[in-house]
Amino acid sequence: MSGKGIHIEGLKKRYGEGDTAVHALKGVDMQVAPGEVVGLIGPSGSGKSTLLKCLGAVIDPTAGRMVLGDEVIFDNDWKVHDLQALRRDKIGFVFQAPYLIPFLDVTDNVALLPMLAGIPNSKARAKALELLTALDIQHRARAMPSQLSGGEQQRVAIARGLVNRPPVILADEPTAPLDSERAMAVIRILNDMARQFETAIIVVTHDEKIIPTFKRIYHIRDGVAHEETGEGRGFE
Amino acid sequence: MISLAGRDILHSWGKFVFTGVGLGLLIGVTLSMAGIYRGMVDDAQVMLDNTVADLWVVQQDTQGPYAESSSLYDDLYRSLLNMPGVEYAANVTYLIMQVGHGEQDVSAMVVGVTAGTPGTPGQPQYLVAGRHITRSHYEVVADISSGFKLGERIRIRRNFYTVVGLSKRTVSYNGDPMVFIPLKDAQEAQFLKDNDALVQQRRRNAENPDFNRPGIPDLIAVVNASQSTNTYVNAILVKLKPGTLPEDAAEPIRRWMRLQVYTRIQMESILIDKVIDKSARQIALFLVILSIVSAAIVAFIIYTLTLGKIREIAVLKLIGTKNRTIAGMIMQQSLALGVIGFVVGKITATFWVPIFPKYVLLEPLDSVAGFFAVLAICALASLVAIRMALKVDPAEAIGG
Ligand SMILES: Nc1ncnc2c1ncn2[C@@H]1O[C@H](COP(=O)(O)OP(=O)(O)O)[C@@H](O)[C@H]1O
Ligand SMILES: [Mg+2]
Repeated sequence: MSGKGIHIEGLKKRYGEGDTAVHALKGVDMQVAPGEVVGLIGPSGSGKSTLLKCLGAVIDPTAGRMVLGDEVIFDNDWKVHDLQALRRDKIGFVFQAPYLIPFLDVTDNVALLPMLAGIPNSKARAKALELLTALDIQHRARAMPSQLSGGEQQRVAIARGLVNRPPVILADEPTAPLDSERAMAVIRILNDMARQFETAIIVVTHDEKIIPTFKRIYHIRDGVAHEETGEGRGFE
Repeated sequence: MISLAGRDILHSWGKFVFTGVGLGLLIGVTLSMAGIYRGMVDDAQVMLDNTVADLWVVQQDTQGPYAESSSLYDDLYRSLLNMPGVEYAANVTYLIMQVGHGEQDVSAMVVGVTAGTPGTPGQPQYLVAGRHITRSHYEVVADISSGFKLGERIRIRRNFYTVVGLSKRTVSYNGDPMVFIPLKDAQEAQFLKDNDALVQQRRRNAENPDFNRPGIPDLIAVVNASQSTNTYVNAILVKLKPGTLPEDAAEPIRRWMRLQVYTRIQMESILIDKVIDKSARQIALFLVILSIVSAAIVAFIIYTLTLGKIREIAVLKLIGTKNRTIAGMIMQQSLALGVIGFVVGKITATFWVPIFPKYVLLEPLDSVAGFFAVLAICALASLVAIRMALKVDPAEAIGG
């Protein structure tokens, strides 16, 4: 579970070929320690989502090296055969919108991941309930997603991201649809989870309110990441 | 692992039930079409069965009496009785005509039979009411589907007949009720001319120097008489002695009497291959069209349902769901739709079949074949949606 967090070296991503090619990432270096939550900010179109997609193994980087825990997953080419299994077992995703599966209730939305990994239904549901309890939403365990408020849905989505205890969580603007109180609650949960499960978490955000809560921030400009360490940014 | 397909169906069951019912009605029509074909074949077989004949003797070079017209002298049956293996031979005439019933006409197959005990060839084997024909004139036994009642008077050409008996499932190969009348009446009905025609014919005979010879004054009377009687029948039905092979008895009749003879098997293939063949092909074409329409509908519905789930599919892929699981989910939903449709179709077909004007025979084996055809069509139809789902990019779930 603990591993060594995330290491990215010289990551490049080019969309398209020739004259129309877009160099979205031009050599990104980044480290996130286990148990750490870092912020990723930058203007629109700067390459934040592209970076998450590379790390999340949904698009192919053009060059560079990525290490998750103690496993080199990419070194100028994928070093992992089954990217679906990699995503399922190693990476938790939390999106701007919760994107819950509308035809599954809250418990099964969360339990689906362990079930996909082959864990028996009852055990998977027990795991799900454990996380729902940690996120204080266990009282809605049998509700359908459409019956939940935006904040509740987002907490379920976080539970889903965490249920397989992945060493890495990638969150793309997870607080965008929430008011500031709920946004702060989500950040608090992510910090708690990082500490509790030794998870390395990257949070992409635009949200001015939550930026001060990160101990470390990477600022992406023109496809390159610049690290910023702020005083008094610690989240209590 | 839970059934994603099942959960989705339970969640949006209204959509599934509605499309399932729509598809079901279509499947019901398809099953009924197959039933109509089976009914036609069954009508033909029942007609042959009820004839209780082993051989049909007809005019040479014809495929009568059902597929084309045939005429034989009505005294030939006596010679047939002397042929080897023949136990019984009976004249029969078949005439498709409109039988007057009160104000209405009923399309019927009028069968002229020699009066005899039930079970002789041509006669209805058993009656549901009344008695067999005993007199040689103006009595009928009619199939119950004609709507005639015992004791009623019906009209065939210019003559009135009394209904003395009712039979059941005695129908022609195209489902018309059979109306049995004495052979003599049938021969007359077939030949009956109106008075004007008779007068004209006699005038012509009188003007014909061949018939009206000054030296032979009686000739014209003989000619006139011979032209107003009918000594023809359409076929002779033969029953064989027990243990005689139909082909063994047929061959000498063909050779020595120069008549065409058909066995039961040959007669059945004439009816099915020649008489009801066009209708059968028409129905087969309908079945093909309905299958294509059903497939198109299932494909469209499943495609639309899947299109509405693109984002969920992207999320499922992102969190590591195998392509096989996603394809399975879509395929299962398509099959579920097929099962709902089949159940609805089978039930509706069973309910509406009795109100069809012709006999519709729903064969259990056809239903089984239909069930697997529906499943195959649904599986095939889901491929379009599966193809689209497999192309969904998991990156879409992350967004821009
Ligand atoms: N699939 C794609 N094909 C071509 N260009 C893309 C694609 N996705 C993103 N880009 C380009 O890459 C750059 C970075 O985009 P993105 O990572 O979405 O930025 P951000 O998330 O920071 O707004 C942008 O210029 C964008 O237009
Ligand atoms: Mg973005």
